[in-house]
Amino acid sequence: MANLLFYFFAALTVGSALAVVCCKNTVNAALCLLLSLVGVAGVFALLDALLLSVLLILVYAGAVVALFLFIVMLLNPQAAQQKPYKKISVLAGTIAAALLGLGLWSFVSRGQFSAAPVTAAFQSGLKDYGAKLFTTYLLPVEVVGFLLLVSMLGVIVLSKKFEGQEDAK
Amino acid sequence: MTIGLNEFLVLSALLFAVGFLGVLVRKNTLVIYMCLELMLVASTIALVAFSRFNGMLDGNVFVFFILTVAAAEVAVGLAIIVALFRRRGTVQVDELNVLKN
Repeated sequence: MANLLFYFFAALTVGSALAVVCCKNTVNAALCLLLSLVGVAGVFALLDALLLSVLLILVYAGAVVALFLFIVMLLNPQAAQQKPYKKISVLAGTIAAALLGLGLWSFVSRGQFSAAPVTAAFQSGLKDYGAKLFTTYLLPVEVVGFLLLVSMLGVIVLSKKFEGQEDAK
Repeated sequence: MTIGLNEFLVLSALLFAVGFLGVLVRKNTLVIYMCLELMLVASTIALVAFSRFNGMLDGNVFVFFILTVAAAEVAVGLAIIVALFRRRGTVQVDELNVLKN
């Protein structure tokens, strides 16, 4: 059953990722990205990382994809007018991605990873996360909070209109 | 056949390669950005898998931070794309060639 679920989620993830690459319409690409992230959340759930799978749905599907959709509808780039990609760059990109994928594949399949023991009991409750986050990883938590503040300020500054700056037609 | 670490790593590698393909091939900045997100998520799959098969929570906590940073990064990146669109009127990468010549 777990095998079947893994293959289902893996196919969902990679298939909709390919759809993101191939979709001409940007809105469709964003929705395929959403589907792919749902697949990744399923994979996380199979790996006993339930908190992370919920967070992935909340942060990515709830915030990031919604933000992408907002921007796509705001900018309305005329995607239909021109071809989304050139033939020569498709060829070169496919070869490059295939080389990268084959390299990673051979690294994974010839490595010693399969010998890694499967630990049956794995503590991944909220309590364990909290204990880690507020003892070992206290400094990163604070740094990340500061990063969020800085990025918020950066977004405000970036999207503000300054004097003498004109919009392009 | 049971699902081991290898299967998850292969999935991660495949997803990373697909995202890489999208970054190389597409011309729309927004889609390129989506493919970058795919690559980031692919790397988190590998982290979570290693963490699970080592029986330690640290990888999961790391992914937690990656998710936070990714959210901040998306907000800033999309703001940059909007600012670019305001100045140049396009988001197609082959029209953004001011530095050419």
